[in-house]
Amino acid sequence: MDTKRYELNVQLAQMLKGGVIMDVTNVEQAKIAEEAGAVAVMALERVPADIRKQGGVARMSDPAMIMEIKKAVSIPVMAKARIGHFVEAQILEALKVDYIDESEVLTPADEECHIDKTKFSIPFVCGARNLGEALRRIAEGAAMIRTKGEAGTGNVVEAVRHMRTMNREIRQLIIMPLEEVTGFAKANGIPYELAIKVRELKRLPVVNFAAGGLATPADASLMMQLGCDGVFVGSGIFKAANPALRARAIVMATAYFNDPQKILEASMGLGEAMPGLEISEIPEGQLLAGRGW
Amino acid sequence: MKYRKSLKGSCLPDGAGSYATMAKKKTSAQHHIQKTTIGVLDLQGDVLEHLDHLARIGIQGQPVKTSADFSNLVGLIIPGGESTCLSRLIRIFGLDDQIKQAFQKGMKIWGTCAGAILLASAIVGEKPHLGLIDIEIERNSFGSQLDSFASEAIIPKISTNPLPLTFIRAPKIRRTGHGIETLLWIDDYVAAAESPEVLVTVFHPELTGCVAFHRYFTRKCGLSPLDENMVPDVDPDWNKNSWARFAPVPQG
Repeated sequence: MDTKRYELNVQLAQMLKGGVIMDVTNVEQAKIAEEAGAVAVMALERVPADIRKQGGVARMSDPAMIMEIKKAVSIPVMAKARIGHFVEAQILEALKVDYIDESEVLTPADEECHIDKTKFSIPFVCGARNLGEALRRIAEGAAMIRTKGEAGTGNVVEAVRHMRTMNREIRQLIIMPLEEVTGFAKANGIPYELAIKVRELKRLPVVNFAAGGLATPADASLMMQLGCDGVFVGSGIFKAANPALRARAIVMATAYFNDPQKILEASMGLGEAMPGLEISEIPEGQLLAGRGW
Repeated sequence: MKYRKSLKGSCLPDGAGSYATMAKKKTSAQHHIQKTTIGVLDLQGDVLEHLDHLARIGIQGQPVKTSADFSNLVGLIIPGGESTCLSRLIRIFGLDDQIKQAFQKGMKIWGTCAGAILLASAIVGEKPHLGLIDIEIERNSFGSQLDSFASEAIIPKISTNPLPLTFIRAPKIRRTGHGIETLLWIDDYVAAAESPEVLVTVFHPELTGCVAFHRYFTRKCGLSPLDENMVPDVDPDWNKNSWARFAPVPQG
């Protein structure tokens, strides 16, 4: 990918700032999401809550289904490829989706390598639990980062952990004397040049969204106040009692994330949220955030 | 809050500064009663990029989120983003009426990309939103993100220099009405146009070093931005991460 193309891809993510990206599994849901004010949709066959329940190997969705959604809405359409599965990414590029999520929600295809995203023209978003993971993905060509909260649980605790970790590490990087940066970069597996860049910018050099476990307008505002640039909501919308109402409420709370009165209004009378899962009750082998590195 | 002295003599925030608080700070050159502020509609999209550009030409920028934010504005920028999202939010929170009222009272408006779609009097295949400039626009007219591109053009009314243009899932202006001046034609569409009150561009000057459009718009609003000798039309001090200095400080 040439530099200009990469820049355009980073800039598309900048356009999404302050917005909500919603998981959808069919045309009808995609239209509800667009009508509610989603800035993009993530097209997939099963939302994470169902992948978690049904088990088995989760793969890229049927391209025919993604294409139908692409035809049905005018907002950007994203789709997921398995970690390391560069052929699924090639297919999604040929399909001309707008963004690929190299996602731990699907079963990893490679336990050593993530996709070499610099070989593609299409933009990638990748998950990260900390600064090192985020910068390794950026070094591989990711144009956007998201937290790696535990998808399909309706429990925001892991996303909060990832964002706080990232903020803490960025603060450390900013205040440490320059001679300590080499060691910090080495210890955290960070490419040195990117560590210097973060120090200078006081933030990631690309847009960073919250993802994983968000289920309420308050969750969205919480992640925004913690410094995220926007939010993904997966199972949280279409596993709730009233998806259209909840989708709209989360869009409102994300736009007005620092206005408690508006978040209060958005939170009223939404009906039941998706059922939640306590992280400690999930068997270790079924935790998704540990996939990829 | 910490400030660092800017390149061009205006007061810029430290990267860690909250842009919302910053925007309310008055610079020493602030006039008494005269309106001097340009608002940037701050609901979704590339708000910070516009605030960065306004600061470069020494103009006070103000994020606009509620009706109270309209009181001091001579001009409003509706930024790039998703027009469906922006149109829903301005309707839900009654900002569409606020914008129209302020417009009636003389506030000028500039829409980039999604902003141009919101301002158009006609949208291909959809109902229009604010309808404040007589143009017909076609959303997402180039295709997917793979069809996004950057180019360059000379736009005589804006600058004598070639200006960088960035098109991201951009719309095309398909028709301009009576009294609308075309600023830039490309192939089969209009990429920039204006009426006496409204400016529309389907590309994003705020994603490039180009400050010429911001200077042009603020002059259209009756303000005196820093001139070409102080800040060139394409600011060499800009880089693609310049917006980061306006990012809000994380609470934790």
